Amino acid sequence: MAGKIKRLLALGAVVLTTAALAWAGSDDQPKAGGAPKPVITKAAKGEQCVEPNDFMRRNHMKVLLHHRDETVLEGIRTKKYSLKECINCHASEKTGSVAASKDDFCVSCHSYAAVKIDCFDCHSTKPQGSMAMHPLNAETAHYAHKLAAQADRKISAEDMAGIAQ
Amino acid sequence: MSDMKPMPETSPNSPERRRFISAATVAAGVTLVPGVMLIEVAHGRPEDQPASSAVRWGMLVDATKCAAGCDECVSACSTENGWTPVAESKHPKQAPQWIRKLELQDPLTQMETNLPMMCQHCAEPPCVDVCPTGASFKRADGIVLVNRHTCIGCRYCMMACPYKARSLVHEPLNDTQKPDVPRGIGCVEACTFCVQKVDRGDGTTACVEACTAAGHNALVFGDMNDPESEISRRLRELPTKQVRADLNLNLGVRYHGI
Ligand code: HEC
Ligand code: HEC
Ligand code: HEC
Repeated sequence: MAGKIKRLLALGAVVLTTAALAWAGSDDQPKAGGAPKPVITKAAKGEQCVEPNDFMRRNHMKVLLHHRDETVLEGIRTKKYSLKECINCHASEKTGSVAASKDDFCVSCHSYAAVKIDCFDCHSTKPQGSMAMHPLNAETAHYAHKLAAQADRKISAEDMAGIAQ
Repeated sequence: MSDMKPMPETSPNSPERRRFISAATVAAGVTLVPGVMLIEVAHGRPEDQPASSAVRWGMLVDATKCAAGCDECVSACSTENGWTPVAESKHPKQAPQWIRKLELQDPLTQMETNLPMMCQHCAEPPCVDVCPTGASFKRADGIVLVNRHTCIGCRYCMMACPYKARSLVHEPLNDTQKPDVPRGIGCVEACTFCVQKVDRGDGTTACVEACTAAGHNALVFGDMNDPESEISRRLRELPTKQVRADLNLNLGVRYHGI
């Protein structure tokens, strides 16, 4: 019962959000009659989403959860509804993340609509490749030397000479 | 959206077809220096195809080549999959160990054996039998995984595993995970045969790459169902054992020299 009410409220919030967004366009701090609205950080990459905006607003959770099971259980690795791909496009240019600050893409709407997701307990909030840009990340710092050593070892001068011949 | 893709009637990965394809790819690969191929023959499958039971991924550990004191496989796994190694952990007794090095000594002869121990990717996995939510499962291609989306962290599987291959994440990881390898607090985890690499078509795992790069060549990864694969060839030639073969679990990891 409580779940149902929560769902209804959340759905209401989606409708409100959608209406407000349609009205406010891509304004940075959309405000309707003084009431705060969620911030939609502009996607860093891509001209448009994988589906039309209004479909994504309502259904992003469904496509994500469906794709999640297909990937984990069956090994289907299509990119379209992959969470990694959402993050690649939607990570903010300021924080490099979809969920590091209150205005980041996967946060603002959710806190507005009182939705709590646990995805980022496990999933990195940053695009692929960003770990390599931060070699001194706390969890991998102790490997900096090994990584460097491996990079040296992978292609030696002899290897190069061998390939050139 | 709710329509799951039906399995194709005739599997596109039938052994005949695969054998033909791999023969064709070998012919097409450019041999630069003997033994060096520019076009690597990997077991890539199209990204929209599910894992197929025509394949069974497996690993051969040649303990006679596994060097004492070397932990290249362990650190490569930790780097690829983003788990903190025991030595670096604030709570060593709780630290994850997707793979670990064992040093065994025969009490009578003092002979030492070195080997890595990890999830054995059983064909009959006890962890799957005991899981109350179905989170512990075996993928069609033989890789035993934890679906972290449905794992409740009860750890029955850790108790059931004869190889102590699984561990629980006790601490929040605070967004230090690798984008390709989500992992998180309250869930059980273990070796995935680098499923993210396998599905990308790399045809190998981080530990095998590291062992080969270090020049030990103690690890071979491949499709045990494909008679032409290197692992099948080596398994035909070498006497190998399954650890705790008495349990009849039909392991995906085979050891030579133990
Ligand atoms: C190719 C890059 C790209 C990918 C991949 C992508 N998006 Fe988008 N998304 C966009 C763009 C561009 C927009 C339009 C709004 C904008 O400019 O930020 C958008 C809009 C949205 C909106 C509507 C925002 C609003 O205006 O109300 C949602 C919700 C959304 N995306 C969620 C997702 C999710 C969830 C995924 C992963 C399944 C995803 N997107 C994948 C680029 C992308
Ligand atoms: C307890 C850890 C955990 C949590 C929480 C979690 N996931 Fe995952 N997720 C994983 C793991 C592990 C994989 C498998 C990654 C692989 O095999 O590449 C995965 C894979 C996925 C995939 C397929 C890979 C991709 O990036 O497209 C999707 C989609 C996904 N999860 C969505 C979600 C969503 C949405 C949530 C939040 C509702 C969520 N996950 C929460 C651990 C988690
Ligand atoms: C346009 C606003 C908006 C954006 C942007 C947005 N969400 Fe949502 N999301 C919502 C709303 C509203 C709900 C609740 C819908 C409901 O319960 O019916 C929701 C629900 C979800 C759910 C289901 C939660 C549950 O408990 O059922 C997941 C998973 C989710 N969002 C993931 C994401 C991810 C990942 C991103 C970033 C890529 C994202 N969302 C971006 C508005 C948004």
